[in-house]
Amino acid sequence: MKNDLPRWVDMGLIPLLNVTAAFLVSGLVVLFIGENPIQAVQEMVFGALGYGEGFGFTLYYTTNFIFTGLAVAVAFHAGLFNIGGEGQAYIAGLGVALVCLSLGETFPWWLTFPVAIIGAGLFGAAWALIPAWLQATRGSHIVITTIMFNFIAASLMVYLLVNVLKVPGSMEPATARFADGGTLPFLRDIIPAFGYSPANISIFWALGCCVFVYILIWRTRLGYEMRTFGFSQSAAVYAGISPTKIIVVTMLISGALAGMMALNEVMGQAQKLQDNFVAGYGFVGIAVALMGRSHPVGIVLAALLFGILYQGGAELAFAMPAISRDMIVVIQGLVILFAGALEHMFRPSLIKLFTRSEPVLAPAE
Amino acid sequence: MEDFLIKLPLLLDSMIRLSVPLLFAALAGLFSERSGIFDISLEGKMLGAAFAAAAAAAVMDSALAGLLAGILVSVALALVHGFASISQRGNQIVSGVAINFVALGLTVLLGQAWFSQGGRTPQLSPDGRFGELTLPFATQLADVPFLGVLYEGIISGHNILVYVAFLMVPLSWWVLFRTRFGLRLRAVGENPAAVDTAGVSVVWLRYRAVIVCGVLCGFAGAYLSIAQASGFTKDMTAGRGFIALAALIFAKWKPVPVMMACLLFGLLQAIPIQYPQISLPGIGIVPGQVMQALPYVLTVVLLAGFIGKATPPKAGGVPYVKER
Amino acid sequence: MTTPAQTSPRAIELIGINKRFGPVHANKDINLSVGQGSIHGIIGENGAGKSTLMSIIYGFYQADSGEMRIKGQPITVKDSQAAISAGIGMVHQHFMLVENFTVLENIILGAEGGAVLAGAIGKARNDLKHLEEEYQLDVDPDAIIEDLPVGLQQRVEILKALYRGADILILDEPTGVLTPAEADHLFRILEQLKAQGKTIILITHKLREIMAITDTVSVMRRGEMVATVTTAQTSLAELAELMVGRSVLLNVEKTPATPGDVLLEVEDLTVRDERGVMMVDNVSLNVRAGEIVGIAGVAGNGQSELLEAISGIFPALSGRVLLKGVPIHVTGGADPALLREKGMAHVPEDRHHMGLVLPFEQNENAILGYQVRKPYVNGPFLDLAAMREDANEKIKKYDIRPPNCRLKTANFSGGNQQKIVLAREMEQDPDVLIIGQPTRGVDIGAIEFIHKRIIEMRDAGKAILLVSVELDEIRSLADRVLVMFAGRVVGECAPDTPEGEIGMLMAGIERSEAAE
Repeated sequence: MKNDLPRWVDMGLIPLLNVTAAFLVSGLVVLFIGENPIQAVQEMVFGALGYGEGFGFTLYYTTNFIFTGLAVAVAFHAGLFNIGGEGQAYIAGLGVALVCLSLGETFPWWLTFPVAIIGAGLFGAAWALIPAWLQATRGSHIVITTIMFNFIAASLMVYLLVNVLKVPGSMEPATARFADGGTLPFLRDIIPAFGYSPANISIFWALGCCVFVYILIWRTRLGYEMRTFGFSQSAAVYAGISPTKIIVVTMLISGALAGMMALNEVMGQAQKLQDNFVAGYGFVGIAVALMGRSHPVGIVLAALLFGILYQGGAELAFAMPAISRDMIVVIQGLVILFAGALEHMFRPSLIKLFTRSEPVLAPAE
Repeated sequence: MEDFLIKLPLLLDSMIRLSVPLLFAALAGLFSERSGIFDISLEGKMLGAAFAAAAAAAVMDSALAGLLAGILVSVALALVHGFASISQRGNQIVSGVAINFVALGLTVLLGQAWFSQGGRTPQLSPDGRFGELTLPFATQLADVPFLGVLYEGIISGHNILVYVAFLMVPLSWWVLFRTRFGLRLRAVGENPAAVDTAGVSVVWLRYRAVIVCGVLCGFAGAYLSIAQASGFTKDMTAGRGFIALAALIFAKWKPVPVMMACLLFGLLQAIPIQYPQISLPGIGIVPGQVMQALPYVLTVVLLAGFIGKATPPKAGGVPYVKER
Repeated sequence: MTTPAQTSPRAIELIGINKRFGPVHANKDINLSVGQGSIHGIIGENGAGKSTLMSIIYGFYQADSGEMRIKGQPITVKDSQAAISAGIGMVHQHFMLVENFTVLENIILGAEGGAVLAGAIGKARNDLKHLEEEYQLDVDPDAIIEDLPVGLQQRVEILKALYRGADILILDEPTGVLTPAEADHLFRILEQLKAQGKTIILITHKLREIMAITDTVSVMRRGEMVATVTTAQTSLAELAELMVGRSVLLNVEKTPATPGDVLLEVEDLTVRDERGVMMVDNVSLNVRAGEIVGIAGVAGNGQSELLEAISGIFPALSGRVLLKGVPIHVTGGADPALLREKGMAHVPEDRHHMGLVLPFEQNENAILGYQVRKPYVNGPFLDLAAMREDANEKIKKYDIRPPNCRLKTANFSGGNQQKIVLAREMEQDPDVLIIGQPTRGVDIGAIEFIHKRIIEMRDAGKAILLVSVELDEIRSLADRVLVMFAGRVVGECAPDTPEGEIGMLMAGIERSEAAE
C-alpha cells in the first residue's frame, strides 16, 4: 500500500485513535450497565496505581503480558501468527516446575533461576516446534495447529497434574510447593510498600527479554531475515533465506518467550505448578503485541496498560459490583478488534485530512 | 462386555446430544469459510447466542423468544466479523480472536449486571426451554428388539433443535450445491474476481454468507443454554467452537462429512461420560483426557497431510481487493 | 497513414476519456470508435494505458471524465453488471474462472436465471450446445476447469461472454498464454464471431497478430491514443514506430564485444513447474566473460523458469550448470546464497515480489541477499552504519532519487526501485550477472541509464545473461541472441538479424519452414 501519511501519524496517531476507539466503546458498555465510566476509570487507576500493593499487582500482571506480548510480536515480524502462547506457556510451566522441584531443595534461587529460564524456554519452544515444523514442511496452517495445540496442552497438563504430579492424598491438581531455592524473591522483600503483591524479580528478566527482542529484530542478521520473510516470502527465497529455517527458528523463539511467563506464575507467584495457571494471559499477548505494534517499547507500554486493567479491574469489581472483572476481557477483545482487525479504519479519512486528496490506488499493470 | 452393550444406547444417545452444537457450529463455519471468510469466532458467536437465548428465555419465559434473541446476537457478532473482514479488509484471524474475547467478557459482565447470579442466568422454567419430544409410537415400539431400541432410545426423545440440526445437513448441502446462492458462495471462496467480473457483488455475497453463519451459530448457542441446559453459565461453550472448527477442517469443508466428523467428535466426548473406566488391552485404562484431546490431535494429523489432504477454499482468509 | 472512414454503424465510441491515478495520468483524452462487426486492435507497450482503458469500458474503474456510447446511445457503465447488460463481454488476461468448478458452472455463474439451479443448468446446457455449434467452440460442459489446457479455458471465457449475450467482445492479451496452434485456433474463432456480426476489440502488444487479424487498429502510447489506422493500409514498421515513439532504445552505443573465457555454462537444463508442466526443455547455453547473451521470446515460454533455475530459486529437474567451470547445485538443494558467494548476481524479473522488500528502508534493500557479507554484518549483528554508508554511495553512483537511504522503498518510483536492485547486484562485483526484464515499468530516462550500466558491466569483463520480452532491448544490448519458444532454445542469431526473422523464431516457426 502506498503510504502518504507522515511517520508520526502512522506510528503514533493511528494506534492512538484505534485504542481510544476501543476504550470509548468500553465506556459505552459501562454506561449501558448503568454505571459511570469516569468513576470506573478513577477506581481502576487508583486500584492499579494508587497504592503500593495495587501497583505491585499491576507489575505482576505486566510481567506476564510482556512475555506473551513479545512472543506474539516476534512471530508477527516473520509473518506468523502464534496463537498458541497459551499452550506453550502451560507446557513451559512443566519445565519450570521440574527444575524447581529437582534443584530447589539443594541450590539457592539464583542458581535455580537460570536453569528454570532454560527449562521454561526449552519446554515452551518444544510445544511450538511441531506446529512450526508442520507449517514449514507440510503447509499446515499455523493458526489452526497452534489453537489445536493449546487444547492438547490443556488435556496433557491436566492428565499429568492429576495422575503424575499431584501430591498424594491432595485433591488439588497441583505439584507440591517448591522449596525456597525453587522460588523467586518478591519485590516486596526489597520494597515493603508492595504489600502482599506477588510481583517478583522475573519482571527484570522480562525487561531483559525486551532488549533481547529489540536487538534480535533490528540489529541482527537473523532478525533481518525474519523481517524479510515476514514481508515477502518470495524475496526471502531470492535472498537465499531458508523459509523452513525462519519459520522453525522464529516459532522456537516465540514459544520460548511465551514459556518465560511460567517463571512469573509458577516460580514467582504460586511457587507450585497448578492447573490452568496460564488463565488466558497467553491470549492477552495478542492484544499487547497489536497495541504495541510489535515493538518492545510499545509492548512494555501496552503490557503495563493491560496490567493496570487487570489489577484495576479486580479492584473495580469490589467498588462497583455491577462491573465484574470480565470487563477486562471485553476491553481486551475491543483492543484486539480496533488495534488489529480494524487498524486501517481511520486511515482513509486521515489521508484525506493530511493530503487533501483521494486515497491513491496505483493501477497494477 | 455386557456392560458395554447395555450402555451402548446411552452412549449413542449422548453422542447425538453432544454432536448437535458441534454440527450447528461447523455448518455455520462451512458457509463462512466456503465464501472465503475464515472464522475462528464460532466459539464467541455461540457463547453470545447462548447467553442471549438464556437471558431472553428467562425474561420472556419463552424458548422461541430465546432462540430468536440468540440468533440476533450471533448475527450481530457475525456482522462485526464481516465488517472487519469484508469492508475493512482486516485480518480475519485477529477479528475472530477479538470477537471471542468480547463475547466471553460481555456475556458474564451483562449476566452479572442484569441477574446478579455470578454471571449465570436464572434457572429456566419448562416453557423457557426446548423440551424433549417423544416421536410417534416410540413408547409402543420400545420393546421391539434392536430397531425399537434404536427408535425409542436413540432417535426419539430429543428436543426439536436436535432434529433441526440434522435436517440442516441435507439443507446446507442443497443450498450450497443446488442453488444460485450456493454456486456463487462457493465461487467467491475460490476466486472472488471471477464473481466480480460476472457482475455479482463480492461484498454483499460474503455478508450474506457470514449472516448465515451467524444464524447457525445462534442455533448452536441456544441449544446449549435453553435446550441441553436450562440457563447460561460462564464460558459454557468450553471450546466447542474450536472443536466444530476442527470438525469442519476434518470434513474438508463438505456438509455430509461435517456431520460425520461432528458425530465422531461427539462420540469422543460421550465415551468418557458413559465409560469412565474404559480400558484397552495392553494399554490399560485410557485417561479421559485422551478422548478430550483426540479431536484436536486428529485434526492436526489431517492438517499435516498424513491422512488425505485438507485444502481450504483458495481465497480463504484473503480480503478481496479489486485490481487487474 | 489514413484514418478509417466512419461510415459503418458504430458498435462502441469513447469520447474524451480521462483517468488519473494520483499523479499518473493513465488515460489522456482518449477517443475511440469501433465499427460494428469488425475486429479492432489496440496496441501499445506495457504501461501505455490499454488495460486501464478496457477496465473503464468494462466498469471496473470509473473514468474521471468523458463519454461512452454503445450503438450511438450514451451509456454509463458503473460496474461489470452494467457492462454485461450493455452487451460487452471481456476475456481477461488472467482468466476469471473458478478452477474447481465445471465448465457449465463457470458459464452460468452470475447468469443463472433462477434461484434454484436445477432448471437453469438444463437450459444452460442446451444454450451452450447451440453456442458451441454456432461458433465451433467445442468444450465438454462437465469438465473441471483445472483439468483443461489453457486454450480450452480461454474458450470457456469466450463462451461465458457469449452466453451472456455479448455483442462486443474485448480480449486482453489473449495469445500471451497460448501455443501457436492454440492462437491460430483462437483467430479462426474470432473470424467466425466477426462473421456472425460480433464486434471484437483485441488488446495486444504483438504487432504480428494485429497485422494478421484486425480490420482497424489504434495505437496507445503513454496514456494517449496516438493514432487509429486501417490495418490494410499500414505496415509493421509504421505501427512499431507509432507504438514506441522513440528511437533511443535502438541506439545504445557500444563497441564490439571481446569475449573471454566461458564463465556460465548451462547443460541440458530441464525444469517442470509445480503442476508438472515442462517449462524448460533441455536448454543448453553458455556465456563468456565480456559478452551479453540475450534471450528473446514471448512471455511465458520458459524464460522466467530458466532464470529461476540458474539462480537457484526454483529447483531444476535435471541438467547441469557450471559457474566458472565448477558445477553448481541446481536440481535439489539449490541455494541462491551459495551462488552469490560464488560470484553470481541476479536482477530478478519481478522487483516487487522478489528483488525488493517494499516496506524496507532503501538501505535495508541494498543488502538483500548479501546480508551475510561484510561489512554489512559483524558476526550475527548488522552494522547499520556500514549499511547506510554503502547505501548512500550507491545512491550517488546510480543517481537514485530521492537521495535518502532511510526512505521506504515503496515510496521510490519504478525506475529508482530498479536502480536500487541493479546497484545492489552490480556493485558486488560479480563475475556472472543474470538480468531479467531490466527496464519493465521503468521511465525512459532510467532506461538509458540502466542500458549504459549493463554495457559497462560487459566491458568490465562480466558474463551477462539477459532476458527481456522487449525484442528491441535484446537486439540493442545483446552480442548474441538466443530465442526461446515452448521451453526450448529454438535458434541463435546475431543481434542485427532482421526483427522479422527473430519474430518468426519467437513464434515457433523454424527457419527451414520459414524459407518455404
